[in-house]
Amino acid sequence: MKLRQISVFVENRTGRVAEVATLLRDGNINIRAVTLADTHDFGIVRLIVNNVDEALKILRDNKFTALDTEVVALEIPDAPGSLCRVLDLLGKENVNVEYLYGFVERSGEKAILIFRFEDADHAVKVIQANGLRILSGEELYKL
Amino acid sequence: MDSKIPLCEPNRVWNPEFECLPEEATRALQLKRLVNTVSRLIENVPFYRNRLKNASVTPDSIRSLDDLRRIPFTTKDDLREHYPYGLLATPMEKVVRIHASSGTTGKPTVVPYSRKDLDTWSELVARLLMAGGVTEKDIVQIAFGYGLFTGGFGLHYGAEKLGAAVIPISSGNSERQIQIMKDFGATALVCTPSYALHLGEILREMGVESKDLSLRFGLFGGEPWTENMRVQIQKSLGILATDNYGLSEVMGPGVAGECLEQNGLHIFEDHFITEIIHPETCEPVPFGVEGELVITTITKEAMPVLRYRTRDITRLMPEPCPCGRTFPRMVKVMGRTDDMLIIRGVNVYPSQVEEALLEVEGIEPHYQIILRKRGALDEMEVRVELEEALFTDQMKEMHFFERKVVSHLQKRLNLTPKIVFVEPKSIERTAGKSKRVFDYRNENGSGK
Repeated sequence: MKLRQISVFVENRTGRVAEVATLLRDGNINIRAVTLADTHDFGIVRLIVNNVDEALKILRDNKFTALDTEVVALEIPDAPGSLCRVLDLLGKENVNVEYLYGFVERSGEKAILIFRFEDADHAVKVIQANGLRILSGEELYKL
Repeated sequence: MDSKIPLCEPNRVWNPEFECLPEEATRALQLKRLVNTVSRLIENVPFYRNRLKNASVTPDSIRSLDDLRRIPFTTKDDLREHYPYGLLATPMEKVVRIHASSGTTGKPTVVPYSRKDLDTWSELVARLLMAGGVTEKDIVQIAFGYGLFTGGFGLHYGAEKLGAAVIPISSGNSERQIQIMKDFGATALVCTPSYALHLGEILREMGVESKDLSLRFGLFGGEPWTENMRVQIQKSLGILATDNYGLSEVMGPGVAGECLEQNGLHIFEDHFITEIIHPETCEPVPFGVEGELVITTITKEAMPVLRYRTRDITRLMPEPCPCGRTFPRMVKVMGRTDDMLIIRGVNVYPSQVEEALLEVEGIEPHYQIILRKRGALDEMEVRVELEEALFTDQMKEMHFFERKVVSHLQKRLNLTPKIVFVEPKSIERTAGKSKRVFDYRNENGSGK
């Protein structure tokens, strides 16, 4: 039910994120989703890729500090108010979100939200109880 | 003590006749040798002849060691002004070796040795090696640079004098160091403490475990290091690590060495007279108080120095050492007077920053201090490598850890630094002395 996201620590210096991208390109890794969280001094690149183990190995072999993090992908209608409905629902059940990012599916009918929850197991139960669709790793990596 | 550390032979003393000399006998010997040195310098070196004349010091007028204080100090600038051979006290035909200081703080200073000086040097290095656990049965890997720097050759001849087997590998090429260490069965490692730390990391990267090595002892010197570094080095290499001290201007390594008590360095007082002074007033500090170490050589032939200001900060320890050596001990050098940073009016040594950093769990002993001006105020930035295990993808935890480091340093240094986490292994490792401080306060712009 959960899927694997890669988190990479990057120092705040020119070209560092590009190095991550280059390494993944050279390793023929396809990036499904990417987001960069930054502070003044450092950033965390979060990635959903088609081959998690290979991508992690490439990054670590090249001295990057990289982690395998569990996140949850949720499919919602690509329509106004969808995000709001999901968050309301989670809020009512006291599900705490650490961070989230989203993107629209190619068809234009669905959108996908990636969540990092404080308590992922609890979150998954709440989501399922409310009939929302969770995407498996396989589905997402293949998108 | 880590239980993995192999048991060693009872602490042996290389030259008990001198190293266990009663204090009065040491003082008498020092006085005799001081008078002799002063008369030789008056006779052979114009610089000292003038200095001593102006201070009305004659050999006859030195009746006790207290008279030492009438002799003017010698500084690094004095040595530089007489570059290269101006302070030579013997004809060049008696000189058999020439070394030079690294010149990290300016023009190098030249250090000539007579044959007798080399014998003395080897003797003193043999003492410190044995104090650090090395015997004739050991195989000593010398990973100090061989060359003008005194570390390589100094330890080399001392180890040979002791009868140990020497691997003169010199510094650099860390993978090869580990390979040779393993294949040749090295039992003792000699290098700078920062290089020892680095070798510990390479060992881990190569997948070699410390138990795959025969290494038992590490003898480190050439730069100040902390107790925390000692703990890390001992753990990563599976050894007992001791500190030794020297500086090229007075001889090189072999001025003082730590015994297996790992609690202070015995000063080889039959060859040196040491004083601790206040670096600004130049007055002696009370016994046991920290200050600048001043050294007078009393057996050097080619280039003796009188009251040389080392700029190294230490203090003497009053208690007798359980190892049996009677020579007094000085604590590990805490820093240099010219390393002292004045940040917002607070005196800080880089070694204090290091000590404080390493008290926070998860901080690697690789760091840089960057000083800038923000408006009229000094700003201290400390860059530290983040251990992989501490990285999380949650910003709030990273910030929590950052605040923890800041508040700890604040408590210890009375300063609020800015902490910047950098990627593991991103701070340069060197085989020699590492540069830790980047001071951009006197430059235009804010630096890098």
